Amino acid sequence: MESYFKSLDSIDGELATINLGPTHPATHGIFQNVLKMDSERIISAEPTIGYIHRAFEKLAEKRPFYQITPITDRLNYCSSPINNIGWHLTVEKLARIEVPKRVDYMRVIIMELARIADHLICNSVIGVDTGALTGFTYMFQERERIYEMYEEVCGARLTTNIGRIGGFERDFSPVFMAKLKAFLKEFPPRFEEFNSLLERNRIFMDRTIGAGPITAERALNYGFTGPNLRAAGVDYDVRVMSPYSSYEDFDFVIPVGVNGDTYDRFMVRQEEIRQSLAIIQAALDNLPQGLYHADVPSYFLPDKEDVYTQMEALIYHFKIVMGEVPIPVGEVYHCVEGGNGELGFYLISDGGRQPYRLHFRRPCFIYYQAYPEMIQGSLLSDAILTMSSMNVIAGELDA
Amino acid sequence: MDHSTLLQLLSRQFPEHIHILSPADGKQMPTIEIPREQIKPILNFLKSDPQISMSFLTDLCGVHFPDQAGKELSVVYHLHSFIHNLRLRIKVFCPIEEPTVPSVTDIYAAANWMERETYDFFGILFEGHPDLRRILNVDEMDYFPLRKEYPLEDSTRIDKDDRYFGRDGHEGVTFDKRVDRQ
Repeated sequence: MESYFKSLDSIDGELATINLGPTHPATHGIFQNVLKMDSERIISAEPTIGYIHRAFEKLAEKRPFYQITPITDRLNYCSSPINNIGWHLTVEKLARIEVPKRVDYMRVIIMELARIADHLICNSVIGVDTGALTGFTYMFQERERIYEMYEEVCGARLTTNIGRIGGFERDFSPVFMAKLKAFLKEFPPRFEEFNSLLERNRIFMDRTIGAGPITAERALNYGFTGPNLRAAGVDYDVRVMSPYSSYEDFDFVIPVGVNGDTYDRFMVRQEEIRQSLAIIQAALDNLPQGLYHADVPSYFLPDKEDVYTQMEALIYHFKIVMGEVPIPVGEVYHCVEGGNGELGFYLISDGGRQPYRLHFRRPCFIYYQAYPEMIQGSLLSDAILTMSSMNVIAGELDA
Repeated sequence: MDHSTLLQLLSRQFPEHIHILSPADGKQMPTIEIPREQIKPILNFLKSDPQISMSFLTDLCGVHFPDQAGKELSVVYHLHSFIHNLRLRIKVFCPIEEPTVPSVTDIYAAANWMERETYDFFGILFEGHPDLRRILNVDEMDYFPLRKEYPLEDSTRIDKDDRYFGRDGHEGVTFDKRVDRQ
């Protein structure tokens, strides 16, 4: 027995190397971290990424513009519509397409719904990682309602491929409108109930306050954007700084945190959900009348009915599908406020049917490199929390 | 502060090195080209000058232009000043035989993985980078896949022979030849 305790003593003070991932139930995705541990404290972490790399930037160089939309679905798959619409806005910026005000407002509604879905998943998963599974199951019901709304608009749920260059494939249906109105009425009280489970919960606060903090200065240097940057106290929001899709028409508050820790990130996302609801309500109340797409026959697919009966429609259909539309030469950078921050598209066009070069500025990829610094010296369980509160999405990380 | 004053300030500070490719027009950000050895002084100036304070590196990526002799590879930096809400695109070129560009990781920590990604896909060597390894591709890869000479499809594939689809002119191994070889 004595020798047994002796051997335990000799372990004391030695560093252990453990492999967290690539697949681990607590990391919600394929992330590998080689951790050097001093008992339960993390001394250093070495992330390895690229496990689901799919060469999207290379793929995009072989596809006509409208076929790149499904690729963008698979970046941050928790809020695909934002990626889709961000890509459409990029092409519209390159081709100098003006869309009707109604399209802008419709896009705002869809993008804010996507933001709510994205933040809901992230925040309810923080709950799961602190041991509170209940909120997660209830919030997944609400996310399901958002997915049903996507379904009404585009027919798909997760990888939405929503909208087209120049607008939407069809107008919002009465069913969508009914679902949206019901959602706006029924979701807020349920959301506040979920909020009350966690916001002032002693256990939750003890677990999250001070876990994985980052200062505003470090966060800026590391290229943080989105809720994670705002949790550190910098009020940078693309929707306000460089408004797109008529965001300048809407009045909303940018919540900011102080410490940049897990609790602040949680709180910022919670408040953003409320702000998104207010934006959707305002967009719905002021939804302008008009057409659901821009009048750009070279980019926007004509109605099937017209393709069968009108020659021009048939020609345009053929030209778009075969990728024969004239594309301006030039380069643009366009960014939108994605679920995780500034989602940018850097597009170089040489006038060919596919982009000469397309680079995605993926917020996850850029801020995940701060992860080792953020978890240094913390407990292993806090590292898990930090990762889920940063909302690192494997699809966006690896592109 | 607007884009034209920013470009003036830069041209005054580095009169010989700033080459304006496109001035700001409406929604587009201005683009400048600079010699690669000037990237660090210029980024340092842009970040530390209190008037400009471009403290945010939005994006860094590579581009391959095989037809530009001597300037085949390019690194594109997107900078952002939150105070003035100004953006700036900086381009640096290098020949493909000697693809080196100074690393800016000590100015912007965010550049670390972005430079690793650019190295991974274009083979641009960032001098002074603390840990220049492949990041998204496997370590054993011996080529740089986003360079234009690599076609998207695997050229050794035999199931996409154009002749099966009634088209001519594509050199490929036919089904018969494969049988013969076995």
